[in-house]
Amino acid sequence: MKKLFAFIRKEFYHVFRDRRTLLILFGLPVVQIILFGFALNSEVKNISITVLDHAHDNHSEQIINKIRASSYFIFKPAVGAYSDIEEQFKEGNIKCALIFPANFGEDLSRSGKAEVQIIADGADPNTATILINYLNAIIAGYQQSLKSGAAPPYQIIPVVRQLYNETQNGSLNFIPGVIALIFMIVSTALTSVSVVREKELGTMEILLVSPFRPIMVLIAKTVPYLILSLINFIIILILSVFLLKVEIRGSLVLLFAESILFIITCLSLGLLVSNVTNSQQTAMLFSMMGMMLPTLLLTGFLFPLENMPWIFQAISHVIPSRYYFIIIKAVMLKGLGFSYIWKETLILAGMSVFLLAVALKNFKIRLS
Amino acid sequence: MLGFILRKEFRQIFRDKTILAMMFAVPVIQLIIFPLAANFEVKNVNVAFVDYDRSTFSQRLLNKIASSGYFRIVGNTISYQDAQRLIEKNEADIILEIPNGFERNLVREGRQEVNMAMDAINGTKSSIGGGYLMAVLADFNRSLEVNVKNVHSGPSAPAAGIDITYSIWFNPLAEYKYYMVPGILVLLLTMIGGFITALNIVREKEIGTIEQINVTPIKKWEFILGKLIPFWIVGMIVFTVGLIVMYLVYGIFPEGSLATLYLFAAVYLVALLGFGLLISTFSNSQLQAMFVAFFFIMIFILMSGFFTSIDSMPPWARQISNLTPVTHFIAVVRLIVLKGSSLSQVKTELLYLGIFAVLLNGAAILNYRKTS
Repeated sequence: MKKLFAFIRKEFYHVFRDRRTLLILFGLPVVQIILFGFALNSEVKNISITVLDHAHDNHSEQIINKIRASSYFIFKPAVGAYSDIEEQFKEGNIKCALIFPANFGEDLSRSGKAEVQIIADGADPNTATILINYLNAIIAGYQQSLKSGAAPPYQIIPVVRQLYNETQNGSLNFIPGVIALIFMIVSTALTSVSVVREKELGTMEILLVSPFRPIMVLIAKTVPYLILSLINFIIILILSVFLLKVEIRGSLVLLFAESILFIITCLSLGLLVSNVTNSQQTAMLFSMMGMMLPTLLLTGFLFPLENMPWIFQAISHVIPSRYYFIIIKAVMLKGLGFSYIWKETLILAGMSVFLLAVALKNFKIRLS
Repeated sequence: MLGFILRKEFRQIFRDKTILAMMFAVPVIQLIIFPLAANFEVKNVNVAFVDYDRSTFSQRLLNKIASSGYFRIVGNTISYQDAQRLIEKNEADIILEIPNGFERNLVREGRQEVNMAMDAINGTKSSIGGGYLMAVLADFNRSLEVNVKNVHSGPSAPAAGIDITYSIWFNPLAEYKYYMVPGILVLLLTMIGGFITALNIVREKEIGTIEQINVTPIKKWEFILGKLIPFWIVGMIVFTVGLIVMYLVYGIFPEGSLATLYLFAAVYLVALLGFGLLISTFSNSQLQAMFVAFFFIMIFILMSGFFTSIDSMPPWARQISNLTPVTHFIAVVRLIVLKGSSLSQVKTELLYLGIFAVLLNGAAILNYRKTS
């Protein structure tokens, strides 16, 4: 036991001695949480708009004022001619243009019908559809106010409730993803590299000829990264709760138990990678490019899985983070109990056992 | 002097066939796979339709929602509790609850509330899906207006109306691939260029061959330039291959002039490779270089406006975003490829990229020490 602790301590020295590893280890989670929490949001606001107002009458100006008041738009200087609009799009200055024809107000008050044109920038189709919806709603609202305040005869009024997230805290969407990603980096990438480095430097030989049992070598290699992953997990949780005001609804014990299970899955993957590769660079490429990208793409964290071609959906079933992502959303954010996630837990446990078995079987106690 | 180091670098690049294959194969494969998977379009929103009214109107509403093409009805005879269980199990995204007396109240009083509850943890899906559902409801309102009016009060006077026509320029069908593919091309170029140069000088340090170069009379700038030019050429070839894939697979051909596009790519690559070399001069092992490069490239990509719009960021984040070269190059590639902007329309971006190129390479030259 004492010997094991000595080895674990040695592993910690390796990690803490190198400041650049620390940057990845603790800098990346903190930076990601801050960026995702405060800088990146999928909400569409500050849309640059320009107006081509041929009418310049009461109605057109009131609509413009309504848009100005909505805070979704930022007004760029009005253009004088239709051809200027294209120029503005091509310089990337605007996302949309609103055009009032010459007798807009007159048409509206006389015949009750008038036309207005919206041009949106299709280079960013998401923003384009959303801004068209915004403008539609604003103009419809103006129209409503014209009808002297009378409500339309038939109205179905949706009363909207945001389940699990009444305050519409955007952080909830990405925190599970960031946690899964960090575990992949720390547990899979760092572990695989740390084993391979010993091979490259030749110190593995020394470990293997020591009276220490090979299985102990593996345990000593993985325990530090398990602990580091957990520390990272705690840091992320603290930042989420205190900085991003995320409420943890479920049981913390269950959350930690499930996280440890997923970390073990990642560690087994890391050991497997380290067993089949011989240089740090290959191990790195394997775990960074080969594992990180599928994790990002196929867990349903950045992009909805349902829209992907069936082949990707099929592949996503063998990616461990997919199940962890479901578990953490259920436990942490929805506050559900074990009965909702036993299936995912079982799959993760099965994967861990399988990966660990393969990794142990491939673990060579002789080098060449 | 420069000629010798160039010849050495090229030999090294061509000697390692696996790295060479990776530099070209990885972007091509990812450019084909990524846009298929990276799709923000929201379809198949699962709606649990809880109908306590079971009337003609509620059935008509159900049919309207089901036929709109965006929704999948995952159960409609259930109670609200059952629907909530579906949400918990992730089988439904939105619950629409039609209360008892829905039809009666609508006809008598002209208004009726319905409850919409969405799983707000899947942010995009629920907010966009919720928006769609509201639009369907509004549309249903209007159709109701016409139907009921015709029955009860005969034709009424034409309502005042503003006709809103809209057109989406540069991408009339609002297809997502036009947005994603050029962005992914830039990302891949950035990753390949950034990682490979970051690893380069540091490998010479690790192997020890840097000592041999240090004792030669080569100037510092010649050394950096000698490292830069081969990878610049490789980068331009990767970029070209990417453009060809973009055309063959997605049918996207740059609207603007190819010369302008290549001019920007050329300047951007100089800036990017300078960044990689700078990391390389700072690191002592390939592992460190890889980590530092990963850290920064991750931030660059997140802040570049590739995933989320820069406009919606808070001011401080927009400043950071402006200070990363990737942001400017993605913006320019989208402008030139999709809108056909000319050089004079995007010249400020060229200035930005030029400044990055000079600063990053200058720093790399300054930070490269021939003596240890």
